[in-house]
Amino acid sequence: MTAVIEFEAVGKRYVGVDSLRDLSFRIGEGEVLGLLGHNGAGKTTTMKLILGLIAPSAGRISVFGASPTGAEARALRQTLGYLPENVSFYEQLSGREVLTYFARLKRVPLRQIDGLLEKVGLTHAAGRRVKTYSKGMRQRLGLAQALLGAPRLLLLDEPTTGLDPAATRDFYAMVRELKDNGSTVILSSHVLPGIEPYIDRALILGRGRRLALGSIDELRTEAGLPLRVSARGDWRDTPTRWPAGVRPLAIGAERLELEVAPHAKMAALRQLAADSRTQDLELQAPTLENLYTHFSTRSEAAA
Amino acid sequence: MNAILTVAGKEFRDGLRNRWVLAIALVLGLLAVGIAYFGAAASGAVGFTSLSTTIVSLASLAVFLIPLIALMLAYDAVIGEQEQGTLLLLLTYPLSRTSLLLGKFLGHGLILATATVTGFGVAGLVIGIGAEDIVLGELVRSLGLFILSAVLLGWVFVALAYLVSVLVSEKSRAAGLALVLWFLFVLVFDLVLLALLVGAGERIGREGLTYLLLLNPTECFRLLNLTGFPAAQTAAGVTSVAADGALRPAALLTSLLAWIAVPLALAVWRFRNRHA
Repeated sequence: MTAVIEFEAVGKRYVGVDSLRDLSFRIGEGEVLGLLGHNGAGKTTTMKLILGLIAPSAGRISVFGASPTGAEARALRQTLGYLPENVSFYEQLSGREVLTYFARLKRVPLRQIDGLLEKVGLTHAAGRRVKTYSKGMRQRLGLAQALLGAPRLLLLDEPTTGLDPAATRDFYAMVRELKDNGSTVILSSHVLPGIEPYIDRALILGRGRRLALGSIDELRTEAGLPLRVSARGDWRDTPTRWPAGVRPLAIGAERLELEVAPHAKMAALRQLAADSRTQDLELQAPTLENLYTHFSTRSEAAA
Repeated sequence: MNAILTVAGKEFRDGLRNRWVLAIALVLGLLAVGIAYFGAAASGAVGFTSLSTTIVSLASLAVFLIPLIALMLAYDAVIGEQEQGTLLLLLTYPLSRTSLLLGKFLGHGLILATATVTGFGVAGLVIGIGAEDIVLGELVRSLGLFILSAVLLGWVFVALAYLVSVLVSEKSRAAGLALVLWFLFVLVFDLVLLALLVGAGERIGREGLTYLLLLNPTECFRLLNLTGFPAAQTAAGVTSVAADGALRPAALLTSLLAWIAVPLALAVWRFRNRHA
């Protein structure tokens, strides 16, 4: 797979503060990367570096094989789409006028605008001034702006802030569609449950460092966090011997809750399945949120 | 070039839409007609008086108003977009910072020019029709020069406003700094020059003081509109130290152009070299 973005030992120093340290990663074509981290972890800095808005203080960055601050930057920008955090567009212009302005600047045919407005569901409000738009409508206008010229790389900074659950779902459906069309997408968010199903890999940042990088499965393996298994049934009367790595959390009249280390998972499931008291089994693997908490608290403990 | 025109077009349309153009034209036009009509009220007469008095009164008024209008129009050109988040976005577009700033200058410049030409032009028409003993050629010539210099003066302060806008990190500071600039150029400079004239007039000499006037674009504007009018002497204030015609109109116009080019170049340079 060809690398769309490549970071090699990248560092960024603002007056005395390291906002990014020794960051290396590669993103391939058609990949959706979730950029996760607390505020100030370096998410926005990473995006600005990719966009060529700032130059790295150390290391090397290449985007589509070129340096984002180099001579090819102008051509590169034609293939990028960016939705900044907290952008409030020109209030006195209508949605269509905003898109027309940006389309002209990006030298994109103006006939794309109607299609984009429809895609983000703003056709009915296209002639109204942005001043009258709700937060969700503004965000959708921002997305339409980022999609001008069918960019091959999209950077979305906190794209779902202020969106209601339905709008968030629509939004991610659009991200999936873009991915299916071969676009590479980087999105940052701190609403983790929302993005879990839509990202291929997650890059977890903390204080400017890479804490973890991988698909959810890879992160689970790396973290080694226990799973939750709950079995329906009455487990009170007889004490049970559990295999190593299994720890009962709660034994009740209706439900048994176990914490199971990854290596003991199959042993525990076999035993439960064979037990006549088990009426139903539920298995819960660590969520992205659990993983995120794991990696970020581990780094804080180390610091 | 295309990007510059796109930005300029948007700025100009914004100016039309939020009624800047209309408001400026109305204010300037009404004031001009008012001054032309009531200019001689002090001497007991009402009605259109001599052209020179009118132009001189207009110039002394424009010297206060035009810089203020230009600064208000343009002080948030960059910092305003930065605060609403659109600057960051624009910088990720295939558009250089120079084009962005030049485009804005073109747009704002066009707003000011349209409003000034319309406002004072209509006033000129009213004077031309209403006044009795006015030579039409002379009216066109001096009003033309007046409008041209007023537009240039406006552009000077648009350029200065951009310099302010790229230097500060908050919109409110930009507004404050713009007011300070206005104060310095329009009010303080005269006082300092007056003090110099009284305190060290001998040593600097008349010649030296004349060239000092070039250091202030508003004085250049005033001088441009006073040369050639004998009646102007009384209304010229400090500027009259140079009223002997030591400075030709061409030199004054050049100075105004330099006052546009230098702050604009500095603003572009600063904008290109700062963080996003």
